[in-house]
Amino acid sequence: MLTGFFLKLKQAKVPVSIKEWLTLMEGMQKKVIGPSIDEFYFLSRTTLVKDEANFDKFDRAFAEHFKGVETLLGAEADIPIEWLLKQAELNLTPEEKALIESLGGWEKLMETLKKRLEEQKGRHQGGSKWIGTAGTSPFGAYGYNPEGVRIGQDRSRNRSAVKVWDQREYRNLDGDTELGTRNIKVALRRLRKFARDGAPEELDLDATIDKTARNAGYLDLHMRPERHNAVKVLLFLDIGGSMDDHVRLLEELFSAAKTEFKHLEYFYFHNCLYDFVWKDNRRRHAERTRTAEIMHKYGHDYKLVFVGDATMSPYEILQPGGSIEYHNEEAGAVWMRRMLDVYPRAVWLNPEPEQLWPYRQSIAVLREIMGGRMYPTTIEGLERAMRYLSK
Amino acid sequence: MRFKGSDTYVATDDLKLAVNAAITLQRPLLVKGEPGTGKTKLAEEVAQALGLPLLEWHIKSTTKAQQGLYEYDAVSRLRDSQLGDPRVHEISNYIVKGMLWQALTADTPVVLLIDEVDKADIEFPNDLLRELDRMEFFVYETRELVKAKHRPIVFITSNNEKELPDAFLRRCFFHYIRFPDKETMERIVDVHFPGIKKTLLREALEVFFEVREVPGLKKKPSTSELLDWLKLLLAEDIPPDALRSKDRKTIVPPLHGALLKNEQDVHLFERLVFMARQNR
Repeated sequence: MLTGFFLKLKQAKVPVSIKEWLTLMEGMQKKVIGPSIDEFYFLSRTTLVKDEANFDKFDRAFAEHFKGVETLLGAEADIPIEWLLKQAELNLTPEEKALIESLGGWEKLMETLKKRLEEQKGRHQGGSKWIGTAGTSPFGAYGYNPEGVRIGQDRSRNRSAVKVWDQREYRNLDGDTELGTRNIKVALRRLRKFARDGAPEELDLDATIDKTARNAGYLDLHMRPERHNAVKVLLFLDIGGSMDDHVRLLEELFSAAKTEFKHLEYFYFHNCLYDFVWKDNRRRHAERTRTAEIMHKYGHDYKLVFVGDATMSPYEILQPGGSIEYHNEEAGAVWMRRMLDVYPRAVWLNPEPEQLWPYRQSIAVLREIMGGRMYPTTIEGLERAMRYLSK
Repeated sequence: MRFKGSDTYVATDDLKLAVNAAITLQRPLLVKGEPGTGKTKLAEEVAQALGLPLLEWHIKSTTKAQQGLYEYDAVSRLRDSQLGDPRVHEISNYIVKGMLWQALTADTPVVLLIDEVDKADIEFPNDLLRELDRMEFFVYETRELVKAKHRPIVFITSNNEKELPDAFLRRCFFHYIRFPDKETMERIVDVHFPGIKKTLLREALEVFFEVREVPGLKKKPSTSELLDWLKLLLAEDIPPDALRSKDRKTIVPPLHGALLKNEQDVHLFERLVFMARQNR
């Protein structure tokens, strides 16, 4: 049964390894946990999942695999009477206490409960006498009897196990979701990681030898700040139409990380790159920059980041005169290739969901031009893009 | 050895289970969570609850894995040799033991805290794989193998600034400290300020969770900020009524500087309050 759970996790793309699985087994063997599915949930999560981004996937897989199991376990486990008492006391309001009187008082109620516990042999659901779930008996959880003693319905401590994983509290920590205000901070960190590198100081050997010699052979150490891997970025943003929101988000993201880059230059284009780009979208027809000029001005150590949905007619990329704005003499693809020749480190960030890419011809074309280096604008996609750029 | 929480630290059931699993199975426990949710405090509390000494290794961006094992101070040895100091003949005089070494060779088991592991260089965790796995390492200078007398209980905290390598993660247990809900928060406050007036606490918590809900805050106030704020409220003897208002959105709560630590956040917050007041 449990190996099935392991395979299910694999299937749900939770990165689990055999080593971790064996650790979990070891934990079970050493009796770290009692026979409780809650504890098993926590133990398996703590051993198998190492990133809160995967908690949600894990929760879903867990819920799917252990559906219905918690009720089975409930039948086998003994219900300690003290716990019941405490539980009941906690949950009672004055009105309920008054209602208990209607059953003949607290003692009587507990007595009856004890008796029923003894009588009862198996798991029970529904009905009006036995302890179980969803019944009208005074004992059991989720019932309708106002005099009822709740069994296993402690919300605050999430003791009702199903809830914990069914709540899916970690949903917005999932790395595959699109960028939003919640995870923009994480994305920013990824960018920073990309921009910064290296330790601050290193031994200046030449200066040390020189100074030591001048110091009559007594050691005189000299350190110098290590050269920082100052990243220079050219950002090209597709502007106009449906992409504006996404583009603004990414623009904000990059300018927030601006201090971390040595140089960050950004330009706008529409749909595909042709012989002109512009810096101010309001004056896009008046103040243009020739693409060729950019290639001459910025050295090839710049890294290139395109942002766009790449969704257009394939003619706009492949045919001369395909641009919807003016007559371009050379096809967009030619300009793209030219840019990629000058700047070998280039990625394309695409805000469209990755699942849709295969269905758009123009995306496939641009992706091919980019040599497959098109990434979705999710945290995870951004990370892959940055990893490629910093290689 | 089992950790059951302590008088000064409210541990949720899943946290206790993770700690106990890590202790029993002798794996390091990696703890993540929002800043100010008690990641570092956990190690201190576990050490205190189990009556074990605590060794803290605080990681900075310049920290190297080797520094946790030992450092060979070649420079002072060279200097001593020039000055003719007799200590120079014994190489071990120049070996400075790191935190991990101290933890491995201590006479009793210890709790070792590796704080903010994500601050270090990206290769840092990889360099500690074998050491954390086998709890032994080799000292090249003196050709000795340092082995654990007792395996220390290792806590590692991370603020998620860097992704940690898979090989490292596989060797750890993982726990993500969720931001506490209202009830847990009440218990936490109760532990820190046992005498606090119920009404003040209720009002304060409501204000606190509302401030956390304000969209666009750079740094949401967390548990430690709440505790600071309550301390101030108590010190200034602010009556609960000052926090209460028919329309809470239209007043700036007193001493809000303890909750919001960022100038932009304070501005944003005041602007929102101002706007709410105008719309009334």
